[in-house]
Amino acid sequence: MDYRLSLIFTLPEIILTVSSLILLLVAAFAGVKSARLVTILSVVALFGASAYALEFLTNPSFEFGGDAFYGLYRMDGFGSFAKLLIYFAAIVSLMVAPRFFKDSGAYRPEYPVLILFATIGMGMMVSAVDLMTLYIGLELNSLSAYVLASFIRNDVRSSEAGLKYFVLGALASGMLLFGMSLVYGFAGSTSFSVISDTLTGQLSIGPLIGVVLVLAGLAFKISAVPFHMWTPDVYEGAPTPVTAFFASAPKVAAIALTVRVIIDAFGGQTSTWQQIIVFVALASIVLGAVAAIGQHNIKRLLAYSSINNVGFLLIGLAAGTAQGISAMLFYLVIYLAMTLGSFICVMEMRDVDGKPLESLSSLAGLSQTRPGLAAAFAVFMFSLAGIPPLFGFWGKFLVFDAAVAAGMLPLAVIGIAASVIGAFYYIKVVKIIYFDDPANQIVQTGHKTENGLIALMALAVSPLGYLAIPLLAPVTATAAQALF
Amino acid sequence: MNQLDFPILSLMMGLPMLAAIICLFVGAKAARWLALVTTLVLFALGVVLWASYDIGGPQWQYVERVELFGNFAWALGIDGISMMLIMLTVFLMPICIGASWESIQKRVGEYMAAFLFMEVLMIGVFAAQDIFLFYILFEAGLIPMYLIIGIWGGANRIYASYKFFLYTLLGSVVMLIAMLWMVQDAGTSDIPTLLNYDFAPEAQTWLWLAFFASFAVKMPMWPVHTWLPDAHVQAPTAGSVILAGVLLKMGGYGFLRFSIPMFPEASEQFIWLIFGLSMVAVIYTSLVALVQQDMKKLIAYSSVAHMAIVTVGLFAFNRQGIEGAIIVMLSHGLVSGALFLCVGVIYDRLHTREIDRYGGLAINMPKYAVLFLLFTMASIGLPGTSGFVGEFLSLIGLYKVNSWVTLVCTIGIILGAGYMLYLYRRVAFGELVHDDVKAMPDLSAREMALLAPTAAAVMWMGVYPESFMAPIRGDVGAIVARIDRAAPEGDAHLKMGEAKAATKGHEIETGHGESH
Repeated sequence: MDYRLSLIFTLPEIILTVSSLILLLVAAFAGVKSARLVTILSVVALFGASAYALEFLTNPSFEFGGDAFYGLYRMDGFGSFAKLLIYFAAIVSLMVAPRFFKDSGAYRPEYPVLILFATIGMGMMVSAVDLMTLYIGLELNSLSAYVLASFIRNDVRSSEAGLKYFVLGALASGMLLFGMSLVYGFAGSTSFSVISDTLTGQLSIGPLIGVVLVLAGLAFKISAVPFHMWTPDVYEGAPTPVTAFFASAPKVAAIALTVRVIIDAFGGQTSTWQQIIVFVALASIVLGAVAAIGQHNIKRLLAYSSINNVGFLLIGLAAGTAQGISAMLFYLVIYLAMTLGSFICVMEMRDVDGKPLESLSSLAGLSQTRPGLAAAFAVFMFSLAGIPPLFGFWGKFLVFDAAVAAGMLPLAVIGIAASVIGAFYYIKVVKIIYFDDPANQIVQTGHKTENGLIALMALAVSPLGYLAIPLLAPVTATAAQALF
Repeated sequence: MNQLDFPILSLMMGLPMLAAIICLFVGAKAARWLALVTTLVLFALGVVLWASYDIGGPQWQYVERVELFGNFAWALGIDGISMMLIMLTVFLMPICIGASWESIQKRVGEYMAAFLFMEVLMIGVFAAQDIFLFYILFEAGLIPMYLIIGIWGGANRIYASYKFFLYTLLGSVVMLIAMLWMVQDAGTSDIPTLLNYDFAPEAQTWLWLAFFASFAVKMPMWPVHTWLPDAHVQAPTAGSVILAGVLLKMGGYGFLRFSIPMFPEASEQFIWLIFGLSMVAVIYTSLVALVQQDMKKLIAYSSVAHMAIVTVGLFAFNRQGIEGAIIVMLSHGLVSGALFLCVGVIYDRLHTREIDRYGGLAINMPKYAVLFLLFTMASIGLPGTSGFVGEFLSLIGLYKVNSWVTLVCTIGIILGAGYMLYLYRRVAFGELVHDDVKAMPDLSAREMALLAPTAAAVMWMGVYPESFMAPIRGDVGAIVARIDRAAPEGDAHLKMGEAKAATKGHEIETGHGESH
């Protein structure tokens, strides 16, 4: 084992680790006034890490990836692609954060540092090929996330969100650990490839419980039904930029991690996990759609929307083919644009005093007071609902295509029929924005960064997005192929 | 590339798209004029399209294909059937813009943008040669229509817009799964190739049902028609015109383009379902129309009845039936559009659609009464108007297959005469009892400019239908040849006449063939 290679393969993580530690010192010594500088430097560090991830993804000499540190960590197209998405989401969350916290007077340099820590954890998650790396990455991400959720210390809802997230997250970690210990006990190794070679044929009850518990722990992290209950509360309570971050980067990381565990470690146990994933996928789609109907808070509504979308993503995983995984990766790209876009729209919902608004009713008649924001919001809603010609349709198209190709017709039919239930609450938001009389609560803010980002995301999910298919499709296919 | 040497179909989609975007950013007056000019230019392009269409030439003309999207292509191309429906679209669009000239006063830019976007999608649906492109454009129509009904609609617009959106979406999504399966089975998403691909008969059953779910809702067929009266009543006049005129035709077009030629065996297998539902629709919705108090609702129900004539014609599996069905679609597009305009004219004056509030309009609005009468007669199917040609041909085709169904459908047409004449009598005849009705002025120049061309087209189609049938003849022939293997046996059991008569009949057949 060549240490030089290991270090090269982990360069994105190394860059982020070194810079986050330095920035932590800067934050500690320079205090609150360094917040802006630390944020900018964090964004620079993330761009640096992205450059390496992009290099790993596109440079043909890294085509087959490679193991680092004696098979604990794997650099491959799949991980690099997921990392690019994660870094992108982190950059966006950093760009919109200062203004949000400035208005509530709570911005501190620890915020970008915590985001960096979480990002390192997520980088480990998507590259983990060993249960130990997996767990360390997951916990590094989660611990940073608990703190981020309660970042506005004097706000009751924020503190509550952090606490709730922590307690339930610890429970999920416990389940995951217990499952991992069972799997390790029966397989004799924590390495995914050994687990995959050992756990073959009909599983006895011990490793079966292990697999189920591992999946349950992961389902918690991706907020899939029936382990979704923390999501609406945490999304509602956490500061909006943090919610945007939660709904994007950790979601990508947890889903990529789930894919890797299922395909790499439990690849020989298709019949065991497939029925679980099918159930979880359909349950998430249906519950995410039905529960969202009664929501009055836009952040809670978007939380259920993300549960709903995770269900669709899992349909690609249920197919269990390279096509399915590639469809998931493509879906994740579109999902990131839709989710980040909608949450930045939520951040733009301010009243005259600059106080953030979150109720659906405050959106009433937005199309007459802020037509641009309203149009973007409508685009995101229709896109999340998967109505063509908006690009959100394409993600659903690909996962259903994969499901049909894998012969899972009933899953595809039920899934797509349930998407109509979801369409109801999305068009309800459009109705409030466009059909209702103006509530005149939301005022112009003139935030250039936010408006620019919203426009960018809206363009990405507009029909123009289809032009990106020939560009992105080969990349996602290569990334997915790395797992097989 | 084609006879015009430039991508005219892409231009016809690009132009209104561009105009729609501009409309969002300009004032009310500019938006109106921009929309009107754009739709008129498109109509002119449509005329160019028709004039240069090579009747008897290749089946697919003006073909364009750019591999733009990886999994599917930007593939456009039209046959005669598509061309006639595109003509219908570009003809009705300027009329829609004109109908909204004064009645729409709020958010004009967005309104015009929505209509122009609709036009892009409608042209695209009829011109798409890639099954996924078709689906995207077909579904995309939900968004502008949802906004049109919801923003500019009547009092109960929210309910109607939800119902419209969710009903049609639910119908369509399963079709997507069927399309995915078909493309994986056949290995291509190219519609002309799929048209000649033979799917296994047992798979056809499921595929047919999936497509049926979508097109039956869109059509709409009884019992999934209930979204239509709500949508029509709440939509603004121009919205109703475009909904009845073009959007409903997408259902018939879908049956004709996908269900019948792609799944002939399954189509034959489900003929009883189509005939059964259509018979119920013709009788039931006609009776419902008879008791309506709301003019728009009455015309909406009559649309359901007319569309049932289209479905029976399409599933007659023979030339007369299919040609008749297409003519009914075109005719209904013009006539029901014009009827909604007629309702709009008096609604703009009195702001009610209740039939009892009117009466005696023939006295103070003679021009209006004449045109309204013409469209009423065309809706009934009076010889000399477009309605007659289509219904007569459909029923002839149907008679070859099943005389009982024909009997029921013919009774439906008599009922149609009943409710339309009853409507006309209550609105136009009698004494002028209401003072506010008495004060209503006759048609303005603008309204005249909307109704007169439609009337001319209706008469033209009624007197010289050959102009409209010549382009579709070859394509209908291709469909009939394709589905001939599954054609049901008629119940008439015709006996061969003497040899001489048979030869004569044969000559007529060949005569048809040569004129293609």
